[in-house]
Amino acid sequence: MSSKKHVILAGGLVGLLAVLLVHFGNPANMGFCIACFIRDIAGGLGLHRAGVVQYIRPEIIGMGLGAWLMAMGSGDFRVRGGSSPFTRFILGFFVMIGALVFLGCPLRMVLRLAGGDLTAILGLVGFTAGILLGIVFLNKGFTLKRTYSLNKAEGFLFPAMKIAFFILLVVAPSFIFFSESGPGSMRAPVALALIAGLLVGFAGQRTRMCTVGGIRDLIMFKDAHLISGFAAIFVIALLGNIITGNFNLGFDGQPVAHNDGLWNFLGMALAGLGSVLLGGCPLRQVILSAEGNIDSVITFLGLLVGAAFAHNFGLASSAAGATANGKTAVIIGLIVVAAIGFLNMDRSADVTMKGDVKVGA
Amino acid sequence: MALNTVDARGRACPEPVVLTRKALEQYPQGVQVLLDNATSRDNVRRFAESRNYKVALSEQGEDFVLTITK
Repeated sequence: MSSKKHVILAGGLVGLLAVLLVHFGNPANMGFCIACFIRDIAGGLGLHRAGVVQYIRPEIIGMGLGAWLMAMGSGDFRVRGGSSPFTRFILGFFVMIGALVFLGCPLRMVLRLAGGDLTAILGLVGFTAGILLGIVFLNKGFTLKRTYSLNKAEGFLFPAMKIAFFILLVVAPSFIFFSESGPGSMRAPVALALIAGLLVGFAGQRTRMCTVGGIRDLIMFKDAHLISGFAAIFVIALLGNIITGNFNLGFDGQPVAHNDGLWNFLGMALAGLGSVLLGGCPLRQVILSAEGNIDSVITFLGLLVGAAFAHNFGLASSAAGATANGKTAVIIGLIVVAAIGFLNMDRSADVTMKGDVKVGA
Repeated sequence: MALNTVDARGRACPEPVVLTRKALEQYPQGVQVLLDNATSRDNVRRFAESRNYKVALSEQGEDFVLTITK
């Protein structure tokens, strides 16, 4: 059971750890960024060759393993899959494109705001707009159809992949790329990053913390449960940034960010819409993957491949702003994701209602 | 009393809550909801309780049954 108090505590923990990770070496306002870290992993594995964003981020390894251990211990580890896997892959792909045009996943968007980065405001507005459009689809019966039980062994592959990443990180064979300059070279110590990831994995599994779920539930059900965690991340990270001297209010010269308002808006609109249709933000997808949700594992792979494409095709933004290719990709993404929303509306959703059937004893 | 049943097994959040909301609009006296994961179980329970319904939980094998009544 997760009460609102637990969600707030978990959010506060994420905010605190994010500030610590930046203080001990992570790029500014990037204590956690699921999109950026998966992008770094794609680079570390050589799936893209953008030299400044290559590293096997221990935070992601920790989150996956932490959530897996917690799910095993609590009985929440249930291996399921089969809910429109390829659609989820494509949605994951475009969520990553949107996030890398904005320069951050929804979690980093909150952390950027907490660091005084006012360029993230239009990101938040776009994110909310994307969620609103997604809610229209949900209310009209959008569904990616049900999942089915799978063998337990299937569910162990995701944590095993995390262990493989960890071995590659520690052994660092010559075919693995680690940035020597740029954001990929800015790293908190491995042990700290790993432990921080584990703690977020524990807390995320227990509380089902989710940034997109926060705004979605508030609008759809007037339920402030998840958004209270969102708010706690912001408040604690804001206080922490002020204390550690990492708070810089303004629009210009913000770290790993650009001030191209329209594309901050549209990038996050794409990430928000895609995430709502997926049922959770990138952070939540990592946690669900560890709980045995194979559809989320496919989404994770979509995010990873999306990150590789984003850097191979020059889609990701830089401090100079969004690229022409990136803008084109966001437009294509919005069309594809909206079409997925439209084509998966099941108007017969109420056939699941069986009149006067009594179930159980 | 036999209640109408919503089969939300295998559905990812927030679909089970959407289905439950729809069912309660149609049958305001109450419904039973079949679920197969803890997240949906807790979300549907929280939703029903926020609308002042009483919620009873039972388990059927791997599935959860929430009985939602006035």
